[in-house]
Order: sequence, then structure tokens, then C-alpha cells
Amino acid sequence: MLRFIISRLLQAIPVIFIVITATFFLVRAAPGGPFDAEKVVLPEVKRALEAQYKLDLPLHEQYFAYLSDLAQGELGPSFKYPGRSVNEILFSGLPVTAELGFYALLIALIIGVTAGVFASLKPNTRQDYIPMGLAMIGICMPSFLLGPLLVLVFGIYLEWLPISGWGSIPGDKILPSITLGAAYAAYVARLSRAGMLEILSQDYIRTARAKGLPEWQVVGKHALRGGLIPVVAFLGPAFAGLLAGSFVVETIFQIPGLGRFYVQAAFNRDYTMILGTTVFLSSLIVLFNLISDVAAAWLNPRLRSQLSGGGQ
Amino acid sequence: MKTRQALGGLLRTLFSTVIATSLMACGGGESNVLEGNRTGILHYGNGAEPQGLDPHVVTGVPENHLIRALFEGLAVKNPITLEPEPGVAQRWEFSDQGKVITFYLNPEARWSNGEQVTASDYVWSWNRALHPQTGNLYAYMLYPVKNAEAYAKGEIKDFAAVGVKALTDTTLEVTLNAPTPYFIQLMDHYSTFAVHPETLLKFGKMTDRFTPWTRVGSMVSNGAFVLTDWALNRHIKMAKSPHYWDRDKVSLNGVVFYPTENVVSEERMFRVEQLHYTAVVPLDKIPVYRERPNTPYLQSPYLGTYYYLVNTDRPPVDNVKVRQALSMSVDREKLVRSVLQETAVAAYSITPPDTLGYYPPQVFSYDPDKARALLAEAGYPNGEGWPGLEIIYNTQEAHRKIAVAIQQMWKSELNVDITIANQEWKVYLNSVSQRDFQVARRGWIGDYVDANNFLDLFITDGGNNNTGYSNAIYDDLILQKAPRAQSREERYALFTEAETMLMEEMPIIPIYTYTSKHLIHPSVEGIYPNLMDSLNLKYVKLHPEQTLSGEVN
Repeated sequence: MLRFIISRLLQAIPVIFIVITATFFLVRAAPGGPFDAEKVVLPEVKRALEAQYKLDLPLHEQYFAYLSDLAQGELGPSFKYPGRSVNEILFSGLPVTAELGFYALLIALIIGVTAGVFASLKPNTRQDYIPMGLAMIGICMPSFLLGPLLVLVFGIYLEWLPISGWGSIPGDKILPSITLGAAYAAYVARLSRAGMLEILSQDYIRTARAKGLPEWQVVGKHALRGGLIPVVAFLGPAFAGLLAGSFVVETIFQIPGLGRFYVQAAFNRDYTMILGTTVFLSSLIVLFNLISDVAAAWLNPRLRSQLSGGGQ
Repeated sequence: MKTRQALGGLLRTLFSTVIATSLMACGGGESNVLEGNRTGILHYGNGAEPQGLDPHVVTGVPENHLIRALFEGLAVKNPITLEPEPGVAQRWEFSDQGKVITFYLNPEARWSNGEQVTASDYVWSWNRALHPQTGNLYAYMLYPVKNAEAYAKGEIKDFAAVGVKALTDTTLEVTLNAPTPYFIQLMDHYSTFAVHPETLLKFGKMTDRFTPWTRVGSMVSNGAFVLTDWALNRHIKMAKSPHYWDRDKVSLNGVVFYPTENVVSEERMFRVEQLHYTAVVPLDKIPVYRERPNTPYLQSPYLGTYYYLVNTDRPPVDNVKVRQALSMSVDREKLVRSVLQETAVAAYSITPPDTLGYYPPQVFSYDPDKARALLAEAGYPNGEGWPGLEIIYNTQEAHRKIAVAIQQMWKSELNVDITIANQEWKVYLNSVSQRDFQVARRGWIGDYVDANNFLDLFITDGGNNNTGYSNAIYDDLILQKAPRAQSREERYALFTEAETMLMEEMPIIPIYTYTSKHLIHPSVEGIYPNLMDSLNLKYVKLHPEQTLSGEVN
């Protein structure tokens, strides 16, 4: 198992290195620079600014300077927010985005697994069609529609919940978490239904039923473990996706997370910020993929024995 | 059967948990506005997270609002008339035919640490604002000062040669290159503000851009408010300054600024009384708000013009008759009525009307017949032989709607085919500065209330000219004659002459004058409509008895 983890970690290094290199050169190839503004920037001012950010150096020197800073954990100063480093901005937004992602994932799991399992018990009946139909709507409904809809109903008509902010008014975390989690809940529902259907037709389930075990034990004890493997495998990429993809929800609910910086950095040609967020998020994606692979392997008895037996 | 019961039970538990959490959440009760009215705190929608708070480093509208609450210039603007009135300087005198200005600083003017604001603080700060290494985008605000431009460009190294001297602690003498009637106004622009030298030096060199001197607990400022909390992308809080010289006039105990980037969310926050004031209003909500009795919607003309840049070197628009024909066939009144929902004013010139008493000439009007005749004279009768024309704009729905409307007007009036193309913001900026376009959308917001700020855009090779327009007589009017005019009337007559020339040669097609649009809670007093959308928070008062009425959906 340890060897499996280490080899996966080693594989991640070239991946991240390629991401850094490609991003570094791509953002500099994009037309326009960080200091272009609607009102013309005087040439003397532009020169001074470029010197302060080392943009006057040849490109390869900038690249190596960036790599050496990165090796020390320095992501550099932001172009858009002078006086703040990319590290500082990332770490101010990360806890918020991570918390939002966590709640969203929790909601996705609770709703998704319940609906998926429920549907799989009576396939091709109303008990299946209704939750799966709802899941389809959930997948199709973008968060920029669902968010304002929830705000309108629960925030403005019913006045039950706050409509913006994060952690400043009690209850302001509920609507954004539901909005972000809904689409993922739908995926989870479909995945767990498919997984459960496959498992429920297996021989060992038939054996369990033949032993006379009550249905809830058959489902809860025997089927769930195998049926949820596809969901677990999905969780890693999903959480990374939630972190990187929370931009829309963060904008709708005015949440001070990472997503806004990630997207705006590209528009602002904030080179260091684009690189910083990309490097950071790609590392997270690699990490979460690894974690979910390990978890899925652990849930799957065949794979587990292979790995822990020092196998391939 | 048992499974169903078990799952049913689980669902019931889940559902009741969600409801219970929601109900707990509703217990919060008092909105920001109610609480703010009780405690004297204004909740202000500020549009975006500021780049920073260093007056010599940042640019932008949200930054302007924050910096002008924290700092005060030598002179400030009257919130109603926009004429200069005393700030840090109690009074000022002109001598040497307007080329020398002596500012007499208020001896009571204090930094937020209690120290006196002195004339030498200004000398130090202007050195920083102009120093080539600071990289101040607005350094040119001080270019009217003698030798300032040469110093900013690194042509002279000794700041002592620049025309600013501290004669005593409270006397600042400024020598200008030429009489500059709008110079006092520039003292309310943040790029000319003083910063506290010792505080900056504690964190680094004078010209450093990245030091944390603007953070809570470190910043020393001289305005009506002091910085008390800055949570990135959440809020910036300020409290009334105990050291501000005019503190008795300040009614608010504090202000909370919100980075309300999403205009739709901002309006919703206003509706549920989380905000007293919004930075903007979504276009589709405006008609509904307008119809409300005692509407919180406030719209007023703004010192900005929306126009199309024309590249005068590219056919077919290199022909002045084509440019005139295009301009005359735009029905601006209709555009304002339909596309813009009366939230703008049709423009026939570059300078907005009533720019400190200056009204631009109207050289042409909507005249499709004349436009067709001009196009025929240019060699394209009824659009025959038209080589095509492209309008570029930066990707935004509002710009697209206008471009589509104009495309249709030109097609139906002149029978010419137009293509429209959107470009991502930085790509668009690049196209404009490289003059890689035929017609490009453009907006210009004035930095100070003076026609010069609009007309000097089009001097030969001006950095923001971008049209290729060049006329020696025009340059002479703007650069030589107008600054030397003896009276406001004479100066405005020269501007009229120049602007007439500009609108006859048509290197730009003016479309509309901007308006500022806000939602203001009825409990707020002291926010006046003016051309600069300039708000001085020291005059703002809260009246808790005034409440928001009516529903908007």
C-alpha cells in the first residue's frame, strides 16, 4: 500500500511541473499584460512597474526566478493587489472555499446516496423514476439558476435565510452549500444507483438473502460497501472540482473564497496569481485523486489484498 | 418493507434537521440597516475589493471611495456644486498671474496618530507620488507643477528642482509651469494626497509598492475615518477618527464597505436591508424602482462619455464624410429610450454638458437624409461599393446591445453592412492601443471637472487619442491658448472652438453621456447627485425613523 502511494506521489511531480511550465508560458503569450488599462499607462511608469515585478528580464530568467521562488514556497506578489502576496490571498480564501466545498459535498452525499440507494431497491418503478428524474434536473440545472432561485424563495419571499456573506450572519452558509452541492448530489445519486444495482444482482447478496437476513442488513451491511465504490472514486475529483469550481456560487452569494480570485486573475493577467492558483489547485486535484484511489482500493477487497500483499 | 421504514425514518430525521437549522438561522433578526441606524454605521456597497489603499499606488473607483474616507486632500469638493472648498488647507492664494499657489494648512489638521499634518509631509509625499520608481499611474496629475514631469520621467534627479516648497510647517508653495485653472480640484484626487512619511519608512523605502503600511493597525491617515478592519473580499470597516480637525461635523460613527461585485446580489442585499447604498443598479430593476413612491433610486448625469473611436487611417472611415454619415445616422434618443431605458443622455460631443458651467456645442444632429447624401459624396451611394466595416467592443452584454442597435441603424439608414466582434478585455485594450481596429467602443470618465480633461485626449499623439487624429490648430487651442486664457468665459470659448473642430472632423462618434445610478436607503441624508458621483462621507447622516417601503420583485 505504501509503495502504491509513494509511486503515485512520484508520478505527480512531473505532472505538476508540466502544469507550471505550460501555465507560465501560456499566460505570457496571451495578448495584453497586467499593466494595460483603459487610460494609457505612461511609458516611464510602465518601465518602473515592469522592473519592480522583474518583467524586464528575459523570459527564461523570469521562469527560473519563478521556479526558485516556488521551491521556497513563495508564489510572489500579486499584480492586481499590490501589497499582498499570492500566498496571503490563497490562504485567506482557502478555508472559506474548503468549508463551502465540504458542506456541499456533505449535502451531495447525504441526498445523493439516499436517493440512489432508494432508487436501486425497486428499479424501473416509481421509486426509481422519481428520484432519478429529480437527479437529472439537478445535473441540468446550473448553479447560476439554482442559486438565485433559492435566494428568491428562501431569502426574499419567505425571509428564512440570509442571501449573502459567509459566517457573518447565522445561517448564511446554508443556501450556498445547497446550491453548490445540488449538481453533485445528482451525480452521486446516479453513481450510487448504478453501483448498487450491480452489487444487488451478485451471488453473495443472494446468499445473504437466502440466509434469511433482514433486507436492511442485506443493503446496509453487504451491498452498500461494494455499491458505493464508484461514489468514493468520484469523491476525490469532486472535492477538487468543488474547490476550483466554486466561482459562480461565490459570486452569487458574495463569498470571500478562492474561486473569484482564480477566475479574475486570468482576466487581469495577474501572472503570479494565475500561476499560484493553478499550481495550488492542480496539486490539490492530484492529491485528492490519490486519496480517493486509495480509499476505493481499500473498499475493494480484491485490490486491497493485492496492494497490502506487496503486490503490483 | 422494513427497508422502506428505515429509509423513511432517515429521511424524516434529515428533513426535520434541515428545517430546525433553518429556523435557528432566522433568529438573527435585525438587519444591517436597522442596526447601523441605531449605532451610526453606514453600510456601503462599494462595487469591488480594492487593489489596495495606498494613494500613490492604486487606481479605480472603489479605491477612490475608500481612500477619500481615510485621507483628505489640501482641498475637497463641495458635494453639491463641486467647487473646491477647504480641506487640509484652510485657504490658498494665487500669485505671479496664477503660476504660484500658496496653500495655508490648517494647524489643527492631524494624522490619525495625533501628529500635525505639515507642509513638508506634502513635499515628501509628492516626491513619492512622482518618483519614477514608485510607478504611480496617476503621476501625471501633478505634471502641471514645475519640473514635475521631467522628474517623473527621470530627466532630472533632484527633487529640489520640482516646484513644491515647504516655507513653514503650515505654508506650502507650489509653482506651476503655466496657470492651471483646475489645479485646486486636483488636490482632491488621491494621487496628490499626503501620506505619513515615518509610517511608510518604518516598513521600507519611500518608493516601495508592496509594504504592509496600509494594513489595520499600521496605517496612519488624515481623513474623517480610520481603518479598523479589513477582511479580504468580505468587508472593510472604518471608524470616525478622533483626531480629524473637522470631527464635530462628522455624524457617522463608522462605515462598512462591501465588495459587491455582483450587481444582482447587491440589489438583493439592498432589498433585504443589508446595505444603505449600492454602487450600481441592475438595468432591468430600474423601471420597477422608478415607479415606486419615494423611490430609493437616484440617477444623475455623470462626468463620462460613451463613444466609438474611429481609426482615421483605415478605409472606409479614413474619409471624413463617411465618419459624418455614420454619426448622423445614429438615432441616439431612440437608443437611450429603448436599449438604455433612459439611464443615459444622448451625446453629440465628447465633453458632458455642464462640466463646471461648460456646455459643448452641438455641431450635428440625427439627420439620415444628410447622412445618405454624405455617403453618396464619399463614393458609396446607397451603400454601393461599401467595403465593409467592423465594430469591436470588450465582451459585455451592454456593449453588445448597443453595437447591435447601431449596426441595425447603419444598415437601415445607409444600407451598409457592419460586422461586430467582441474581444476579451485585455485583448481589446491591446487592439485599441495598437490601433488594430476600424471602429472601437470606448468610454472616458473624467478625472476632474474640466473640459480640458476630455478635449486633451485628441491632441496629436496623445496617449489616449488612438484615432490617428492630428490637427495643429486643435493642438494649439488646447495646449497653448486655453491655458493662457484670462477668464473662464474666454477659456470656454476656446474649448467650444476646439470641440466644434473635433465634431466636424469626427475622429470619434459620441453616443451617450453616462449617469450614476444608486439605491439609497431613505434613512440616509447627505448623498447628493453630482457630476463626479462624489460623496463626502463626513456630511452623511442617518435618520432611523425613515424606512424602506414598497416591494420590488
